[in-house]
Amino acid sequence: MPSVCFYFQVHQPVRLRHYTVFDENDQYFDDYKNSSICRKVANKCYLPANRLLLDVIRRFKGRFKIAYSVTGLLLEQLERYSPEVMSTFDALAETGCVEFLAETYYHSLSFLYSRNEFAEQINKHVEAINYFFGQRPRVFRNTELIYNNDLAGLIESMGCFDAIITEGADHILGYRSPNFVYQPKGCNNLKLLLKNYSLSDDIAFRFSNRDWAQWPLTADKFARWVSNVNGNGNIVNLFMDYETFGEHQWEDTGIFDFMRHLPEEVLRHPDNDFKTPSEVIESYGSADTVDVPHIISWADTERDLSAWLGNAMQSNAIHELYRIEKKIKNTKDEKIIGDWRKLQASDHFYYMCTKYFADGDVHKYFNPYDSPYDSYINFMNVLDHLHKRCSGEMDGGAFCPVPGQNPPELLSGPTSGVNNLPDLQPVE
Amino acid sequence: MKVFMLGWEFPPFISGGLGTACYGLTRAMDQLGMEVMFVLPKMVESKYATHVKLLTPGSRRSASFSKFDELKNVKFHAINSSLQPYSTPDTYQQRIEEKLRHKQEILGGSISSASQLFISKDYSSDMYTEVHRYAAMAADLAEDEQFDIVHAHDWMTYPAGIAVSAITGRPLVIHVHSTEFDRSGEHVNQMIYDIEREGMHRADKVITVSHFTRNIIIDRYGVSGDKVEVVYNGVERSGKWSMDETVIDKDEKIVLFLGRITMQKGPEYFLHAAKKVLEVMDNVKFVMAGSGDLMHRAIEMAAELGIGHKVLFTGFLRGEDVQKIYKMADLYVMPSVSEPFGIAPLEALDNDVPVIISKQSGVSEVLMHALKVDFWDVDEIANMVVAVLKYPPLQMTLRSHGNFEVRRLRWKDAATRCVKIYEEMLVPV
Repeated sequence: MPSVCFYFQVHQPVRLRHYTVFDENDQYFDDYKNSSICRKVANKCYLPANRLLLDVIRRFKGRFKIAYSVTGLLLEQLERYSPEVMSTFDALAETGCVEFLAETYYHSLSFLYSRNEFAEQINKHVEAINYFFGQRPRVFRNTELIYNNDLAGLIESMGCFDAIITEGADHILGYRSPNFVYQPKGCNNLKLLLKNYSLSDDIAFRFSNRDWAQWPLTADKFARWVSNVNGNGNIVNLFMDYETFGEHQWEDTGIFDFMRHLPEEVLRHPDNDFKTPSEVIESYGSADTVDVPHIISWADTERDLSAWLGNAMQSNAIHELYRIEKKIKNTKDEKIIGDWRKLQASDHFYYMCTKYFADGDVHKYFNPYDSPYDSYINFMNVLDHLHKRCSGEMDGGAFCPVPGQNPPELLSGPTSGVNNLPDLQPVE
Repeated sequence: MKVFMLGWEFPPFISGGLGTACYGLTRAMDQLGMEVMFVLPKMVESKYATHVKLLTPGSRRSASFSKFDELKNVKFHAINSSLQPYSTPDTYQQRIEEKLRHKQEILGGSISSASQLFISKDYSSDMYTEVHRYAAMAADLAEDEQFDIVHAHDWMTYPAGIAVSAITGRPLVIHVHSTEFDRSGEHVNQMIYDIEREGMHRADKVITVSHFTRNIIIDRYGVSGDKVEVVYNGVERSGKWSMDETVIDKDEKIVLFLGRITMQKGPEYFLHAAKKVLEVMDNVKFVMAGSGDLMHRAIEMAAELGIGHKVLFTGFLRGEDVQKIYKMADLYVMPSVSEPFGIAPLEALDNDVPVIISKQSGVSEVLMHALKVDFWDVDEIANMVVAVLKYPPLQMTLRSHGNFEVRRLRWKDAATRCVKIYEEMLVPV
């Protein structure tokens, strides 16, 4: 009796404006571009998808359920540029059939570079979700589904989460299927939900691909695949970007109609149902322990960090960013700290990726730059100016002793401490 | 298949990209087993005496041929002519006058006005006449030869290409490495434009070195698009890993401009950007390697901008000096106003020097791992220069990816494309 568990990632970064070495002001962000992209995506995706799902939820009177993870960066932008989207999310929250997940407020890679910052951002996000939607998230997902044993340990130690979500990568599962609840290695209570990437990607990536043998994908066909899990799995975790609806897959591909009809096709089989992540872990015990010593993510085929930290520019930019953390925080200047945090969004590093650049691939989506080099130059110019701003206000006394210089791989080693984090307090 | 190719200068006579391209393409065709008869103008000049024996000019008939050792299937014919690539009627006139003076000195002061007339006729002082005289001689030469295709490189050989094609009935390919609009902006020389236009219209196929140039051919010469094919240039990998030379330990960064100092290459944008860079950085020198009609203007401009002490002019470099300057450079900038292709950035990358190239260039169509900028945007050029000099990871990534990318741009592919175009033309309709 598979339970279908939908979770949608909803995020837009705050993009930088063109900023040269000659610029001397603290206006780093491109308000025009951000507002126009936000409105465009709202009209093509967020609004129609929210309305559609709201309609389906009402139609099925509590039998259709979904989950969202909406980043703080997007919440701020929606409030400013598309408040009507906020009210539809609010209406969704009111139905009781929608769960909101927690993540880093700034969609950052801070887990890899600063555990303090990481915890602060999670707390900030939990507060924001509580403020907007009246829920305290009980399930955590890390940026880009980046995950390892350490992360699970850290999240468990925060004491406020029941489960964590990540990619059902083949190399961590081996012969096992992602269609069960698992337990992270080293955790006592925390559960692990793994993305069924095959079925998820059928919707998110392959839906409109006419070269795909299964095209066109219809709701009843997909429901059949879901029912096939019956007998060798409890859950089907369908995790994807929310922009799949209307942006990655345009409306004329039929993606909205697919989604409109999917619930009734799935529910046609009496054993099937829909569950939110929290309901899933209440219903099913863990089948096994999953050991993930090395970092995984949901990106590309490699399922690693190479999309954000694969070249020298990316690792230089992010090291420089976290190197000035103390300096930034010592200024106690909200504006400076806010700017610094917005620079942490993983998207900025994604734009610097040279991996598939020559092929002009998916990395282009919503990418404001012509080349990874342009994005690095722009980012470094902004960071340089930000650094000058905080140096100007404090006279060198508390120069930061380069805490974040370790490459991320080292942080995943067994020695990296989860316990020596005095700042980490449970939220409640 | 045998090709009658009307080309330009071969090593060591190279003065620019045209010679490099002719050489690279011909060599690659040779390796593909194509037979090539390479015809080029040969100016008899005493200072190149050492090379003259290589291309011994026949006394009266003024046509000769020789063979490069490495090229098995290529025959060379040199036609005595004072045509040189990158000439304009003005510079041509100057050169002829110099030559006349030189000849007068040899003949002694006793030269009469009658013999002066004779000399000037011999060297056909006006370029238009010379281009057509060259065409006649090439046609003459072609009569005794067997071949399947006529392939002419850039405007001065177009009339020759037309003539050879007309006499032998062989199809004509015109290879456009640059147009009058690239070289002169909007102040085109009508005579050159007319020659170019006629060549393109009479040709059975036009090959351009980029889509950038293809668009110019279609828009400004009124050539039908289905006749115009793009064949990108390649780069001759030096393959030298001379790590034996001691790494130059220098405090100052070096930003390089390498090319003819002419309006087309945008030297003034380089200097204005240099000025901007020097406002925020000090330990950097700008090197302009090359010569051209704007060289003196450029030197003056550097002084006017108050950066004279930071800009070095090396004059025209060739051979090893080019390698040396690449080895010293931290960054290569090509701010060309209109660049049909631009082989030099590929050579820079081959020498591990990262590049900034103008978006108004053909090479920007094929290079991904380069910084690209509008030639007029000096703020942005300066921004990029500062970033490359200031952030080693940027330089490193550009260098390693760029060097790798350049390896995929091979003359062999360009030659293969040309051969394919020939074959399509030779299929009886």
